[in-house]
Amino acid sequence: MASLAPTTPWTEGAKDDYRGCPVTTLKVDMHTERLIIANAVMAVVTLALGGIAALLIALTRWQAIHLLPAVWFYRLLTLHGIDMLIAWIVFFEMAGLHFGSTILLNARHAAPKLAWTGFIMMTVGGLMANAVVLFDPNSNVMFSAYVPMKAHPLFYLSYILFAVGALITVITFFINIVTAKREGRFTGSLPLVVFGLMTAAILATYTLLEGAAAIVPAFFWSLGILAEYDPGIYRNFFWGFGHPAQQVNLAAMVSIWYALAQMTVGIRPVNEKFSRLAFILYLFFINLGSAHHLLVDPGLSFAWKAVNTSYAMYLAVLGSMMHAFSIPAALEIALRAKGYRKGLFGWLRNAPWGEPGFSALVLSMFLFGWIGGVTGVTIGTEQINMLVHNTLRLPGHFHATVVSGTTLAFMGFTYYVIPLIFRKELKLKSWAKWQPYIFGFGMLLTSMGMIVSGLQGVARRNWDITFAGVVPGTVEISLAVFGVGAILAVIGGIMYVTIVLTSILTGPRLEASNLLLLTGTHNPIIDSTKLTDHQMEDKQNQPKGALVLVFAFLVWFAIYYFTNWWLLGRTWFIR
Amino acid sequence: MLAPEKNWWKPMGRMEKSWLTVAFVWCVFLTVMMPLWYFYGKQNVPTETYKTSPADYGAKVNAFVEQYTIGTDEATGFPIVAAPPGSDVYIRASTWQWYPILQLEKGQEYRLHISSMDLQHGFSLQPVNINLQVIPGYDYVATITPTSAGEFTIVCNEYCFVGHHTMVGKVFVTEEK
Ligand code: HEM
Ligand SMILES: [Cu+2]
Ligand SMILES: [Cu+2]
Repeated sequence: MASLAPTTPWTEGAKDDYRGCPVTTLKVDMHTERLIIANAVMAVVTLALGGIAALLIALTRWQAIHLLPAVWFYRLLTLHGIDMLIAWIVFFEMAGLHFGSTILLNARHAAPKLAWTGFIMMTVGGLMANAVVLFDPNSNVMFSAYVPMKAHPLFYLSYILFAVGALITVITFFINIVTAKREGRFTGSLPLVVFGLMTAAILATYTLLEGAAAIVPAFFWSLGILAEYDPGIYRNFFWGFGHPAQQVNLAAMVSIWYALAQMTVGIRPVNEKFSRLAFILYLFFINLGSAHHLLVDPGLSFAWKAVNTSYAMYLAVLGSMMHAFSIPAALEIALRAKGYRKGLFGWLRNAPWGEPGFSALVLSMFLFGWIGGVTGVTIGTEQINMLVHNTLRLPGHFHATVVSGTTLAFMGFTYYVIPLIFRKELKLKSWAKWQPYIFGFGMLLTSMGMIVSGLQGVARRNWDITFAGVVPGTVEISLAVFGVGAILAVIGGIMYVTIVLTSILTGPRLEASNLLLLTGTHNPIIDSTKLTDHQMEDKQNQPKGALVLVFAFLVWFAIYYFTNWWLLGRTWFIR
Repeated sequence: MLAPEKNWWKPMGRMEKSWLTVAFVWCVFLTVMMPLWYFYGKQNVPTETYKTSPADYGAKVNAFVEQYTIGTDEATGFPIVAAPPGSDVYIRASTWQWYPILQLEKGQEYRLHISSMDLQHGFSLQPVNINLQVIPGYDYVATITPTSAGEFTIVCNEYCFVGHHTMVGKVFVTEEK
């Protein structure tokens, strides 16, 4: 049976600098605590900056409002991409890596100095990128900064600083794990959540190296030291970094899903082998995905693109489909074991919907899979991409993955970090209860609005679509849906930032006494250790509902997928 | 979140196995669809590409325009160019215009060349919704057959600095003769 109690004391002779967590009984290294706080604060700050930009650009793209002048639209769009996709997500993940490599292993932080160096570099890089984009007239080049569009050299330098800082943090993750193992903090295998984070960290390592391969030459090119930089090669390297970076987000998000499921419902993974195998599939195949962004580029053969875009037979997609069953199944078994056995979905009706960690988990999984995943696989199909490339369908897809999926999961997780790591009482609890729903629903409308507009030909990164005079009138409707959704999502975002800031800035330090925030005083983590093999295997507890859900998902997937082939078949002949 | 039991290498349950099998079959199917369409479908992503330079490409475009111009577009002052079916036709992308204006015939095949003189641009033909990346230094050749007639618009859908949204071009397609 898995154990919660700390095992061995810190290394002989080393000064004890840890506290025991009263809720989980885990050891919390004080270095880790401070590192998590610093990274989480930067994450929330950059989310707020990116969120202000989000509101303004969304109200510009909603053609009926068309708020900003063109220059400011492009500038804030560049800023939005950087602050959201790079800063917010990566800072949060770094906090997660510190958490996973020490606290979850009952271990100490073995390289705090190095970790702070990484953090400072990331912070300087992140803030510098914001400043350059805002104040330099030529650096509104979007976060992808396609060569030969030339930004200020400091723009590239800020990327390099940020990436190297992140790489250093990732290295401390590995140092911590090795140290923990050597010092006997844990025996046997890593916990599943740490295993998932390890997948993310390994992916992050080569992702960041490839990022350097793209950006370092661009830096020298912007200085005039390098005379020429082939734009095709830049694209290849840039997406060799940009796409796997999304898989880092994916692996981190799935790890957080497992954590949230355990923290709010008390699941036991149904089959550790199954879940771990799914992570391993990410590790091996997901790096091929950079081709997704190059599907309609000149100079690449069909065979290269087809093999790469499908991750050698969609094996990474298979990984996600495995998690898509394994997590709902584990939730179902745990809830059935509590006695909620009526019908196929009685367990779902009795789930803790008022607990923000649970609602964030379910909405994140649903939106990520049903919208983000299905659209992603479809538009990543070599030929279908021709209908989609650089239309609004693209941002529609990734606002369902990295926003409705990853961001929402991270938001839900934050609410537990506040009492457990910041040691502050969570304020505005009733807001926290509604926040995942408002953000999730807003984002659903946002991405649907984008997808439907894009289907009608509306381009992404475009200040005024009416110039073209080709978009049909129905676009006004889909853009209005998008606009209303964006406003809702921004309200959800403001609620999140307000809850976090109010909680951490006001009130005294308070040791947490309870894991659940809103729905009870029992401790699901302890509950999960009491789930017996017998209960897991009981006929009455089998996850029939989850199986129905995944099959329904597959049907929807197939419908969307074939509709797109049909659409492709109606356009001009081309080869 | 907790360390697993010592021995977590257990056989998968019946449900896991069946879902894994079905999901795997679906993945194989997704994979097979691409080569199937490649051989039997009528819409495939062009792959023919030549290295070029802005100077060379610009010269080709000018020669093409000189040879086949049939008129001038009132609104833009750009030449309207109609080459015989089956021939090579050229479009030049630069900040912020698509040059010249092509006139094609429905049901006929053309070898459409696209390249950029400066930044990357996005060739987005509307409303048929065909989207291709345009990269300087690469002459991208799409063999196309219009299956509908009328006036079509080329939108730039790769960001190319502040005039990006003004970068629109035109293609005319006449009915089959
Ligand atoms: C409050 C919610 C949000 C709203 C309303 C929103 C809205 C938008 C809009 C309107 C665009 C521009 C689409 C275009 O014209 O091409 C955009 C782009 C983008 N968004 Fe968001 N967004 C939100 C949150 C996020 C988050 C949390 C992330 C990342 C984690 C994110 C990542 C991106 C990226 C990467 C782009 C593309 C930028 C580019 O094309 O260079 N967004 N978003
Ligand atoms: Cu352009
Ligand atoms: Cu453009």
